[in-house]
Amino acid sequence: MPFSTLRGRTLTNAIPDLSCKDLTKDFDAFRAVDHVSFEVPQGSFFSILGPSGCGKTTLLRMIAGFQSASSGDLLIKGKSMIDVPPNKRPVSMVFQHLALFPTMNIGDNVGFGLRQRGVGRADITRRVGEVLERVGLPGVSARRIDQLSGGQKQRVAIARCMVLEPDVLLLDEPLGALDLKLREHMKVELKSLQAAFNTTFVYITHDQSEALVMSDNVAVMNHGRFEQIGAPHEVYHNPGTAFVAGFVGDANRIEAKVAAVNGSMLTLTSHAGTQMSVETGTADLAVGQSAQVFLRPEAIELSRSGEGFDSDQNVSRCTVNSVLFNGANSSVIVRDPQGNSLNAVMPQTGAFADLRPGDEIFTRWHPAKARCYLANEV
Amino acid sequence: MSDTSKLGFYLLLAPILLWLVVLIILPHIGLFFVSISEKIGPREYETGFGNYATFFGEPLYWRTFARTAIMSVMATALTLILGFPIAYYIAKLTRGRTKTTLFLMCMIPFWVSELVRTFGWMILLRETGVISTTLQRLGVISGPVELLYNDTAIMVGLVYTSILFMVVPLVTTLDSLDDSLIEAGYDLGGTSTSIMREIVIPHAMPGIVSGCIVVFMLSLGNYLTPILLGGKDSLWFTGMIYTQFITRFNWELGSALGFLLLGLSSAVVFLGLKLSGQSLSETMGRT
Repeated sequence: MPFSTLRGRTLTNAIPDLSCKDLTKDFDAFRAVDHVSFEVPQGSFFSILGPSGCGKTTLLRMIAGFQSASSGDLLIKGKSMIDVPPNKRPVSMVFQHLALFPTMNIGDNVGFGLRQRGVGRADITRRVGEVLERVGLPGVSARRIDQLSGGQKQRVAIARCMVLEPDVLLLDEPLGALDLKLREHMKVELKSLQAAFNTTFVYITHDQSEALVMSDNVAVMNHGRFEQIGAPHEVYHNPGTAFVAGFVGDANRIEAKVAAVNGSMLTLTSHAGTQMSVETGTADLAVGQSAQVFLRPEAIELSRSGEGFDSDQNVSRCTVNSVLFNGANSSVIVRDPQGNSLNAVMPQTGAFADLRPGDEIFTRWHPAKARCYLANEV
Repeated sequence: MSDTSKLGFYLLLAPILLWLVVLIILPHIGLFFVSISEKIGPREYETGFGNYATFFGEPLYWRTFARTAIMSVMATALTLILGFPIAYYIAKLTRGRTKTTLFLMCMIPFWVSELVRTFGWMILLRETGVISTTLQRLGVISGPVELLYNDTAIMVGLVYTSILFMVVPLVTTLDSLDDSLIEAGYDLGGTSTSIMREIVIPHAMPGIVSGCIVVFMLSLGNYLTPILLGGKDSLWFTGMIYTQFITRFNWELGSALGFLLLGLSSAVVFLGLKLSGQSLSETMGRT
């Protein structure tokens, strides 16, 4: 891909490209977006991650101008966009199904926005050619839309927006319709396109891997609210709420009751009776409260003999319930004597290649690796 | 294909083939032979193009012919101009039950026979009719006014008769236009006008063309509306063909006129398709 020419704007200034302040959208009695506030600095890749129906599409459509906000403010480069119609906003949108115009060839599709601005014909041809080259599709102007593959259409849709040099590019789950292989490929490509154009991208998705791989910052959204905003590793390793812990990445969820509190160290008993200790940064749980413990499968260490497993960690002797082979993502489901099942990542050392259901195995996890939340939070 | 499925295929094809051959192709071949036979005496005929020559020699014939063609084209254009906003409203701006209701309301007048509907217009437009009386009562005009028996009345009747055949294909094609394409147009800075011109109309072109073809054919071949609303002075080519066959008993000239009408409609449709860059199979096959 010819992304070597990095000609984007390198000047960063203090005013964020996009800023939402207490943005709210009500549909009759239903509140789709609930006091959402965030800022996206220039040139960054911002993802809004949430399950379907969480309000992320409504939020994006408000930024694009297709839906009006019930209250709150929306600023692009410091200017309020509340009363600006969609065709006057300095944002462009890549639609879920791309919405390329089937009656036009690729050149006319990409040139559409420039024609609306009254740019001269020769200038349009030149700029369309340039932007198509930048997305790696030189010389396709005369082709029809249906002559392109899924990934190429994606790039044309981005080129059609980028040719207008928008302040913010909005992307509405554009990878949803692609098959898995292509989706993996397009993730990397989108990220490098964003870096090459140095434009602010706001990307919405329900696919956590898309959000984690591409973004500078991720906002996790649920029921119209932002649960957490942060860098991908932060959201993954330090989920702020039980919802984030359960939604981003795989996690074992254990329902438990707090048995003892010792500073930041909690002792919990699962409903089945397993004892465990969890170290929390914020000890806002009291004895007797119901809690949810989230434990990443990769935080669980496996051992056949249990030798060298010290007692200040959560060690238990389990039986293998099933082995889920999935190449590098293989995992094993184990069951402790009390009947709790845990999903653990299978180490890729080959030492466990002959693991069979029914085998005995020791699990160990560090108290600081798990997250613990008050149960009624969900 | 196996033998049985072949048989089934031909059996299914038989009715349409019979219909085409017996009711359309054979009569036309017959008409063509009648049209090229000139009457030189009682029961004496000669083959020649004399009947066609009569048409071109008599200004009344070809003027009526041209008038019919021009008025049909005008009626088609008017129907399109009136039908497009209706179809756009039904297809794009309404949802669910409202959409169904509006669509049905377009159809309901067509449950009544064309004759009755045309008489309805006569009740409205005639000298002692609803419009004339109302205007007098309101004091807008002093005496009764005759709104029937002129070209405008014919035009009103033609548009009214055929608007459904324009709205239906238009609603179908506009329905298939993805709303996100229109949104994308706005998002890229388009105005309502430019989106209509560059996105909506190109997409609706097959529907526009198929609607226009049907409406044009219906207007050109319409007999009742021009006769009833146009009165005696308003000549329509189908009326002329009727006169030759029934009143004058001149089947030879009538057949020739019929063939000329067929030629005219084919020529106009061909021209329309060429101008709009559509193909017949593409436009008629879709709706």
